[in-house]
Amino acid sequence: MPRIIRNEQIVDDNWQVLTLAEGETPASVALPAEPVLLPLSVWLARRDEVVAAHRQLGVWLDSDQGPEELADDIDRLAVIGVNFPKFTDGRSYSTARLLRERYRYTGEIRALGDVLQDQLFYMRRCGIDAFALRADKDIEQALAGLRTFSDSYQAAVDQPQPFFRRRGAQEAA
Amino acid sequence: MYRYDRTDQQLIDERVKQYRGQIARHLAGELSEDELRPLRLQNGLYIQRHGPMLRIAIPYGMLASAQLRKLAEISRRYDRAVGHFTTRQNMQLNWPQFEETPEILAELASVEMHAVQTSGNCVRNITTDHFAGVAPDELEDPRPYCELLRQWSTFHPEFAFLPRKFKIAVNAAATDRAVIRAHDIGLDLVSDERGETGFRVFVGGGLGRTPILGKPIRDFLPRRHLLSYLDAILRLYNRYGRRDNMYKARIKILVQALGVEEFARQVEAEWAQLRDGETTVTDAEFARLADHFAPPAWLTLPAEEPAHAARLHTDKAFANWVRRCVHAHRTPGYAAVTLSLKAPGVNPGDITEQQMIAVADLADRFSFGELRVSHEQNVVLADVEQRDLYDVWQIARSHRLATANIGLLTDMICCPGGDLCALANARSLPIAAAVHDRFDNLDYLYDIGDISLNISGCMNSCGHHHVANIGILGVDKNNEEWYQITVGGQQGNAAAIGKVIGPSFYAQEVPEVIEALITVYLEQRTASERFIDTWQRLGVEPFKARAYAGRDRRRTAKVEPTEREVVNA
Repeated sequence: MPRIIRNEQIVDDNWQVLTLAEGETPASVALPAEPVLLPLSVWLARRDEVVAAHRQLGVWLDSDQGPEELADDIDRLAVIGVNFPKFTDGRSYSTARLLRERYRYTGEIRALGDVLQDQLFYMRRCGIDAFALRADKDIEQALAGLRTFSDSYQAAVDQPQPFFRRRGAQEAA
Repeated sequence: MYRYDRTDQQLIDERVKQYRGQIARHLAGELSEDELRPLRLQNGLYIQRHGPMLRIAIPYGMLASAQLRKLAEISRRYDRAVGHFTTRQNMQLNWPQFEETPEILAELASVEMHAVQTSGNCVRNITTDHFAGVAPDELEDPRPYCELLRQWSTFHPEFAFLPRKFKIAVNAAATDRAVIRAHDIGLDLVSDERGETGFRVFVGGGLGRTPILGKPIRDFLPRRHLLSYLDAILRLYNRYGRRDNMYKARIKILVQALGVEEFARQVEAEWAQLRDGETTVTDAEFARLADHFAPPAWLTLPAEEPAHAARLHTDKAFANWVRRCVHAHRTPGYAAVTLSLKAPGVNPGDITEQQMIAVADLADRFSFGELRVSHEQNVVLADVEQRDLYDVWQIARSHRLATANIGLLTDMICCPGGDLCALANARSLPIAAAVHDRFDNLDYLYDIGDISLNISGCMNSCGHHHVANIGILGVDKNNEEWYQITVGGQQGNAAAIGKVIGPSFYAQEVPEVIEALITVYLEQRTASERFIDTWQRLGVEPFKARAYAGRDRRRTAKVEPTEREVVNA
């Protein structure tokens, strides 16, 4: 079974990620058995059918798709995938933060795509708590990427107080 | 200046460890060159024409003497005993060994320095006025705000992989010396009618392929909201900036596409969701940062030192240096001194190991142990007593740091160009040398007076040629080096982008063409006009006519600047 990092542990995981192949359309594609992360287009086209068929719901957003498109469905989704088509495409960092901070999403946010060790620290700070590491990479080694820095200057999902609000206490400790 | 506390130091040490691991994984074959590239760039490491180049951050240009000594030592041990100051107030080492770069970063960390985000598609080094804290026309010291921005931008988790690089500059003086409108974000410190400090915010400026001046999107942003407002701008850019074409990926293209009013409206809408949260900066933090930049222990001195005045009368060379290289200071009896790195025969902005040590010694002895790097690629001692100027001059002169050409034609901003840079279309250093050769007479330079001449070896415009009175851009045509000349650009409050005067020139024509432009000025100027004033009064025609007079233009068909891969260096 494939393994992912979830909550800083390596765990077995059986969620599939549905992508539309050439010639397939959101309306025509066969729904796989759950648990599955559906492309946004499939979710929007066939929401009622999916909700009737699946207990655990999951959708993935590509890097050019924002959380606004899921606004009405946030609370029913167990997993939201955010895709990194290239690891230098940084849009999904904003998507993840918005899901957590603006839409108060508390389920799993999973990084998909070109997910590498050296991005994990920033991803975690933005509220991503599950990482489907690129298959050719050493997932055990990548775990270290979650803990690159012991603190951070900015407020983010993991630490809502910027360092300047905590500095005095930190230095006194 | 700012000194690290335990956490600041720890983060930089952890960065060194992270980078060391990345290089080790790369050498072990676990991290491909493509995967390493964005990581090494965010630690300032380029792969250049002859090998690696390491760009070291000098936050807003401030250096302590001990830091400059460390740079001298690093340049000797790991490079060819020379460093190069850049227009982002940073230092580049052109000959480090790839495998030794983690050691260099560790050395830097030992003196509270780093190479964080000196390249890559992220927020780059924050720049400001090299006379910050001492300029008579300053409203408030901009450096505490620069340090606030340095910390905010350092390892910002959301904005490490933007569509393109992102540059921010801060001005806090009546005269802008930080070219803020040539930046992605320019911050102009202002105070409102109640005396509250805030910023006028400009967005979308930049040089490069599409030079454009930033436009104001907010007239007054109270300082406590600075970070949340910048978060809003950067979030919009991160989400909606173009990523399909790297030449259209800067924020200026997004601002142009939306229109500045619509862009401003969207920033306000995003900011409305972010403002007044935990990122609102506290007065305690402003006070803490300001303490780091408290004025040094200036003495109470007479505004005019008689011995100094006497020397100005008796020593013409000294007087010339004072006229060009010594600048007003807000405190009586003190002056700021520019040490010129534009001596003839020297690559503009280059500083040798021995010169670094000499400058550090000068700073210790005469300027409270601190110095600044200017974006014009010179070094500034900000707090020199007037009565010490003669000693400073003599020492500086013995190290070839006292060329009295600041603000003159040979005080050129110049990128390393095709001699070193993999991105360049043409060499820039031989052009700078040729200008020096042609204009080697100081009296002639004094007669020409205030003028700026900048040189870039490619469209990336590291040499700021667009905002020079005379700008020179290297272009490539069928593997030949050609040079396009712009006139009429300027920095400062009346910042302007220069205009191309016509078809490009061969390298050997460039000094003659510059002389032709200068001759038109000298013939046509009124008593009070600088070059730029005469240009603005007369327009392009007389300059263009003289520049092309007697040249066979059949050889010089219009050259379209070509570009090479920029992000993949």
